[in-house]
Amino acid sequence: MTTKPSAGLGLKPQHYEDALAAPADGLWFEVHPENYMVDGGPRLAWLAAIRARHPLSLHGVALSLAADAPPDEAHLARLAALVDRFEPALVSEHLAWSSWRGAYRPDLLPFPRTSEALTRTAANVERAQEALGRRIALENPSHYLVIDGHEWDEIDFLEALARRTGCRLLLDVNNVFVSARNLGLSAEAYVDAFPGALVEEVHLAGHTADPSLGTALLVDSHDAPVDPAVWSLYERLIARIGPRPTLIERDDNLPAFDVLMVERARAEAALRAPLRRAA
Amino acid sequence: MSAASLRQFQDAFAHALLAPELRPDDYAPEIARVVEQPSFAVYRNTVMKGCIDALQANYPSVARLVGEEWFRAAAALFVRANLPRQPTLAVYGEGFADFLGAFGPAAELPYLPGVARLDRFWTEAHAAPDEVPIGAAAVARLEPEALARTVLRPHASARWSWFDAQPIATVWRRNRYPLESDEPEIDWRAEGVLVVRPGGSVESVDLDAGGCAFLDACASGGTLAAAAAAALTVDAQGDLAYLMSQLLEAGAFGCMDLFDHSPEER
Repeated sequence: MTTKPSAGLGLKPQHYEDALAAPADGLWFEVHPENYMVDGGPRLAWLAAIRARHPLSLHGVALSLAADAPPDEAHLARLAALVDRFEPALVSEHLAWSSWRGAYRPDLLPFPRTSEALTRTAANVERAQEALGRRIALENPSHYLVIDGHEWDEIDFLEALARRTGCRLLLDVNNVFVSARNLGLSAEAYVDAFPGALVEEVHLAGHTADPSLGTALLVDSHDAPVDPAVWSLYERLIARIGPRPTLIERDDNLPAFDVLMVERARAEAALRAPLRRAA
Repeated sequence: MSAASLRQFQDAFAHALLAPELRPDDYAPEIARVVEQPSFAVYRNTVMKGCIDALQANYPSVARLVGEEWFRAAAALFVRANLPRQPTLAVYGEGFADFLGAFGPAAELPYLPGVARLDRFWTEAHAAPDEVPIGAAAVARLEPEALARTVLRPHASARWSWFDAQPIATVWRRNRYPLESDEPEIDWRAEGVLVVRPGGSVESVDLDAGGCAFLDACASGGTLAAAAAAALTVDAQGDLAYLMSQLLEAGAFGCMDLFDHSPEER
C-alpha cells in the first residue's frame, strides 16, 4: 500500500485463518478499531498476527466527529494506543456522529451541514489528529433523509475540512450511489466533482433495497457483492484520478474468503489499468 | 423561523431514534420533517439491530434458553434503557443479568440471571488483560511457613461465583457449549464455577463453596493462610490441597507475593 496503491479487504473474524494464509501481493486489511479496544485476549492476538504479514487500515466508526461535542478523550486514547501498536498505513473516520451525551448509537448519523457544524467538525478533526499524532481521512456518508438547513454542499464541506485541518478524504463509491439514488441526485456528477488530490482511499461495498420501501430506498447494508453500477462509477473515478488504495467492504451475509478475493481482483485490475483522461 | 442549532438537532434526533411511540408532531418543525420520512426507520432499525445483535452474541446461553424471539424482545427493552456507554460492542451488555433479574416475564426462569452472569464472565474473561498464570511449580518450591504468608492474586481474567440454590454452571455450560447427543437430567443442587482465560481460550472449572470463599479472600489481598481459613469456614471438611492444585491447574492466579505484614496494613 505504501509503494503502489492496491486493493484490500475488510477483515472479519470468520476469515482470520484465510486472511493469515493469503499470499496475495499487496493485500491489506481494514478493521474497525472499536472491535479491538479490549485489554487483551484473542482478538488483539489475531490482529497482531495479521499485522505481522499484511498492512493494516483502521477505519473508525465512533469518534463522532460531527457531534456538537469534542471527541471522547478515553476513546481517543484507546484509538491512539491501537495506532501506536499496529502502525496502520491508513486511519480513517466518517463525516457523521454516533456518540452523543455519553451513549453510543451504532450508526453513522446525519446532520445539517451548516457553517456551525463545519467549525465544530474541523475542531474535532484537529483534536483527533493531534491525539493520534497523524492525519486521518474522512468518509462521505450514506444518506437516507432529506434534511432542511444545509448551508454547504457535501463536497465543498469535505474540501473545507481538508483545507482547515490537513485531513484527507475517503471516497465511498457505494455511499455515493446509495445517496444519489435516495436523494434523487447524480452519482456521476458527485464522483466527477470529488477532489481527486485529496482522496487517500476508496471504499466499495454492496447495498440492498429496503425491505419495506423497495428500490425507492437503497440501504448501505454491506451484505451483498459490489453492484455493477458501483463498479462503473469506481472505474470512472480511477480513470480520472489515478489509482488509490481500494477496499472491498463486506460486513454481513459473509461469503467465503475466496469470493471476496475475486471482487478484490476486479479492483486490482482497475487499479492497474492505464491512466486516461476523463472525457 | 430560525434553524435548529447542531446541538438541538442532535438532541432531538438522538431522542427520536429510541422513541418510536412519539409522533412527528411531538418535535420542533425542522426535526419533525426528518422524523416523518419513512427512511428515518433505517436509522432506528440500524441502531436497535446493532445493539440487539451485540447482546445476542454476548449472551448466547440466555438466547438459547429463551429462544431468539423472546430474547430479542427482552433485549430491545434493555437497549432502550441502556445504550452502550462505549462503542466496543464485543463487551456491551454489562448489567443485563440484573435487568433479567428484575424483568417480570423472566420470573418463571429463576436461573436466567445466573446464566447471564456466566455469559458476562465469559465476555470479561475473553477481553481481559493477558497474563501468564502462576504455575504449580512456583508454589511447590515454597516452604510451608512461606506458603502461609504468600498472597496469590487471582488472574486478571478470573471470575467466579457460588450459586447456592441452582446448578447454574451446568445449565450455562449445556447452553453455551451444546452437545449433539442427549445429556443426563440435571441434578438440581447448588454449584460454583470459575471462568478464566489463562491463555488463548476461556475455560470454566467447577468450584465448591470453599473454593469460591478461597478466591474471594485472595482477591481482597489475603494470604494463603487467610484464604484457607475462609475456605474452611464455609466448608470445614474441604480438601485444601486438592483445591490448590485445582486452582493452579486452571491458571486461576496471576501473580504471587510474599507478605511480611498483614493485609490490613497495605
